[in-house]
Amino acid sequence: MASVVVTNGIQLAQPQVLRLTVDDLYRGVTSEKLGRYALALFAIAVAGGVFKYLMRRLVIGISRHIEFDLRNDLFAHLQKLSLGYFQHHRTGEIMSRATNDLSAVRMMLGPGVMYLVNTVAVAAVSVGCMIAISPRLTLYTLLPLPLVTLSVWVFGDRIHRRFEAIQAHFARLAARVQENLSGVRVVRAFAREERELEAFHALNREYLDKNLELIRTWGVFHPALSFLSGIAALLALYLGGREVVAGRITIGEFVAFTVYLGMLNWPVIALGWVINLWQRGLASFRRIDEILETVPGIRSRPGAARPARFRGQVEFRGLTFAYPGAHRPALRDFSLVIPAGHTVALVGRTGAGKSTLLSLPPRLFDPPPGTVLLDGVDVLACDVASLRSQIAFVPQETFLFSVTIGDNIAYGVDGATRGAVERAAQIARFDAEVRGFPNGYETLVGERGITLSGGQRQRAAIARALLRDAPLLLLDDCLSSVDTQTEEGILKGLRQEMEGRTALLVSHRVSTVRDADCIVVLEDGLAVERGAHDSLLALGGRYAELDQQQRLEEELEAS
Amino acid sequence: MSHPDEEHVGRAYDRRLMRRLLGYLSPYRGAVAFAVVVALADTLVQLAGPYLTKEAIDHGIRQRDLGHLDHVAFLYLGVLVTGFGLGYLQTQVMQRVGQNIMMDLRMALFRHIQRLPVSYFDRNPVGRIMTRVTNDVDMLNELFTAGVVSIVGDLFTLVGIVIAMVRLNAELMGVTFSVLPLIVVVTLIFRAKVRRSFREIRTVLARMNAFLNENLTGMSTVQILNREPRNFEEFRRVNADHRDANLQAVFYYSVFFPVLELVGALAVSLIVWYGGRQVMWTSVTLGTLVAFIQYTQRFFRPISDLSEKYNILQQAMASSERVFALLDTPVGADVAPRAGVVGRLAAVGGTDPGAFAAFDGRAARPGAAAADGAAPLRVEGIRGRVEFDRVWFAYRDQDWVLQDISFRVEPGERIALVGATGSGKTTLTSLLLRFYEPQRGTIRVDGRDVRDLDARALRRRMGLVLQDVFLFSGTIEGNLRLGNPGLDRAAVERAAREVNAHEFIERMPHGYETAVEERGATLSVGQKQLLAFARALAADPDLLLLDEATSSVDTHTEALIQSALQRLMRGRTCLVIAHRLSTIQDVDRIIVLHHGRIRETGTHAELLERRGIYYRLYRLQYAGGGRGAPPEQPDEPWVAGAMPAIERFTDLS
Repeated sequence: MASVVVTNGIQLAQPQVLRLTVDDLYRGVTSEKLGRYALALFAIAVAGGVFKYLMRRLVIGISRHIEFDLRNDLFAHLQKLSLGYFQHHRTGEIMSRATNDLSAVRMMLGPGVMYLVNTVAVAAVSVGCMIAISPRLTLYTLLPLPLVTLSVWVFGDRIHRRFEAIQAHFARLAARVQENLSGVRVVRAFAREERELEAFHALNREYLDKNLELIRTWGVFHPALSFLSGIAALLALYLGGREVVAGRITIGEFVAFTVYLGMLNWPVIALGWVINLWQRGLASFRRIDEILETVPGIRSRPGAARPARFRGQVEFRGLTFAYPGAHRPALRDFSLVIPAGHTVALVGRTGAGKSTLLSLPPRLFDPPPGTVLLDGVDVLACDVASLRSQIAFVPQETFLFSVTIGDNIAYGVDGATRGAVERAAQIARFDAEVRGFPNGYETLVGERGITLSGGQRQRAAIARALLRDAPLLLLDDCLSSVDTQTEEGILKGLRQEMEGRTALLVSHRVSTVRDADCIVVLEDGLAVERGAHDSLLALGGRYAELDQQQRLEEELEAS
Repeated sequence: MSHPDEEHVGRAYDRRLMRRLLGYLSPYRGAVAFAVVVALADTLVQLAGPYLTKEAIDHGIRQRDLGHLDHVAFLYLGVLVTGFGLGYLQTQVMQRVGQNIMMDLRMALFRHIQRLPVSYFDRNPVGRIMTRVTNDVDMLNELFTAGVVSIVGDLFTLVGIVIAMVRLNAELMGVTFSVLPLIVVVTLIFRAKVRRSFREIRTVLARMNAFLNENLTGMSTVQILNREPRNFEEFRRVNADHRDANLQAVFYYSVFFPVLELVGALAVSLIVWYGGRQVMWTSVTLGTLVAFIQYTQRFFRPISDLSEKYNILQQAMASSERVFALLDTPVGADVAPRAGVVGRLAAVGGTDPGAFAAFDGRAARPGAAAADGAAPLRVEGIRGRVEFDRVWFAYRDQDWVLQDISFRVEPGERIALVGATGSGKTTLTSLLLRFYEPQRGTIRVDGRDVRDLDARALRRRMGLVLQDVFLFSGTIEGNLRLGNPGLDRAAVERAAREVNAHEFIERMPHGYETAVEERGATLSVGQKQLLAFARALAADPDLLLLDEATSSVDTHTEALIQSALQRLMRGRTCLVIAHRLSTIQDVDRIIVLHHGRIRETGTHAELLERRGIYYRLYRLQYAGGGRGAPPEQPDEPWVAGAMPAIERFTDLS
């Protein structure tokens, strides 16, 4: 702040030196004195430059630091929000909060503050000096300047809105292209290419018109600014000239006056711009604040229990669960006790509630109180982080991060050794394949690395879960993309690993669930059959049907 | 998010690309020439300001000649008004040209995309193709609007200032220009530094956004693995890199602007010192001094602008290279007729490939390219005999999806294709529609090789109903009219009534005018099926290709669908890909595909008798107590881009 004032103080000394120079020129002056004036001008510029440098670095720098802090806060808060939040808010939307809106806030705090202070300081001092030279002249020449500010403000806002309309239309254009590309086969099959061209042409035309609308505003805006400041300069020249002729001011004062006026040009423009920056910045800040004010749907209660290692008994007690906003419950009156160390398998059609059941112990969604218990303790009473640290969960969809394969497997464990990673991969029947990759465990996954097949992803996820060495293992249909032979191998390894751990696994395949201690058949949120493999087969119900169907499929595949 | 290949920074000037780009300017030659003239005039007007100031000071104020002062002030006002007008004109003309060129380019790209082979879309993600049509074209706008003319304008300004200064006082100009090398050096250093800094900012920003995006999409995985603290640390680090990269740029700017002003001040000091002495010795007037100071200040902007143009050129070259690469991708064999049949095909009214060429970006002129007397091959009606003759096909290399397929469908016959997921059923219809070309063998329609027929005309005669119904944005009516845009409302309604769709359409908020939102997300699966039937029926095809839906619907809808289906198939040659064997028990013939080969052919009863693959499929379907085989996803991706198509296609082999 002080540097802004100092900077402008120094800057404003320049016209004074010019005034002395010019006046002296007409009174007679030595070339030595002229040299001193020139030196003074340059010295002023150097001092001004140093302070300008400091001011810019300081003010803009601070805004960058604030942006940094705000973005960290935003990210930290997003990490606390529950799965439900991300299902209801598109990633692109949140991304735009963290990028565009944050930029707008930064612009408000950086340039927005700098130019505001600058404008006030310059205006105060130079208008003061101008009044000292000639109050009347000041009054007349300053008349067009508020118009400049006003037009920047008004035009700037209008341009901004037109620009946003163009952006929105651009999105429509892109969506149209995307639709055409996605439906390329339908477009061809219905010989619709020309219609598509026409539709695209119409959209393009509209886009062009919207752009031209902006150009019309824009085309007036810039010349208008030069025009208005030109008028101010003209007034100074004309009226100031008359003052000099009338002998009311010296020619030096006249020159100084025009220079002061010139100095006001930019701050006046900036002021209009600053107003826009503040408007946008505040709107953006409100949007960011909305996220920051969102109370996490799932959070630990104050003084929540941080249990030591679970023994592994899992109990569902009369559990009825509906997703927020859903009419029908996904699970109805589900009760099951899994003794520590036992394996329970869930089968049933898509939408029967299997995945929902698995998402409740780790509190991806919160069950009603007293319905899901670990070692007899309600999960709602547990600290979320410590609860999850005791659960190894393999979700249906494997999410791999764009780091190395080794790091992906070790993603859930801090400081895992290479040996441990390899051992987990071996059990998941993934180790041999990883060694075959160009850089082994150091091979990058994702856009900049290799793309893993569905089966490979699933095995990576299994290895990742196994490495966690947790007392409770949840496997959500995690072998569906693995061929039967590999599945056999993985199951064998898993059985050893599951020794002493409680496991809850979901599958479509009879071969996967056959050896479980208990198999539960879910239908429409209800447990319709439960028992061991043999007893369920003997029952001749849903499970037996599933078994028969899969036998037929195998038979067909072999023919 | 930018692709790695979009980050590529190349040469700023490539003669071959530039020539091709300038080709797009040529329709607007007149406008561009006008803009250049306006830019010239604008330069002159800009230069008049300081000169008039000098006049006012030297001859008006100093001579105490108020009349002269009035005169100059009046001229000054005229200059301001003219400058305003010229500035407005220049922006208008150039921006218009730029926008029009962008539209031309976009249309050219889109038109070309409509003709690329379907296999191109299997290989290239939708997002990348979209970037060409949208962002890359936008990048070129900068070149056309901000580039070409303003470079000319900047150069003129510079030359104009030099001339004006020489005329005022050559000696003083020499003194002033002694700081010029300093400006150039400072600007060049600054641009180089800032360019490098911006590149780093872009890289860090891309990294940060990628990390953010990944963490948002994979948040539940992060949470379940208790990774929050570590990921926060990582984010903090990228975020700090981003901040520091920006602070570096802030530093350059903080140095550059004051230094530039300092050089300006140096010039002013020199003018005061040197010019002041001359004023004393009377060869220079005060007005000249003031005008000089003003000219010096106007000299900086064009120099800084010119160095910025380099970046624009560089980016535009990279973008145009990608755009042209897409434009140069060969079109599909289905729209590029074989040599020797060009003349014959060109005359199929309004449906020939020539119609694309005729679509000049401003008005649709279908059928403009008429044939020059050669015998036209009309595909106005096909009787519907379809023949596959020893057809082999693979999406990739030797992974045969179809092997040695031979069969014949007689006009009016109803044939069902049956087989497990991945047996090649859908591929077979893709070949018939000429989305792909078989590697070996021939497909004939009415005895003619399909390669000799105009693909688009042929497709018009085929009705296609897909299991995953693709609805376009627009109204319900527009979607029903898809295959036959000339149809009137009554005919559309008739078709909808015929397939039991009329009733639910009428119940919708705006009936047939109801907008289809998000590709029909608000419609039920059964409703979409019925719409697809109505759409096919409205087009009144000679040959019906039907990929039956697998998704389960309630019994009432199921009954509606079944009766609609019977009416749709009546009296047409039909090829049905059947998932529910119940639908096809009364077709004329069933072809059983297994692992890409035809394994069994016959009627429902015959095939059951044989106790082969069909028998097993049949039992499999009824094993579950009558519920349909439950493939959870459609067999093959009719909707490309939802996932990498090639991967899924090869799964079938």
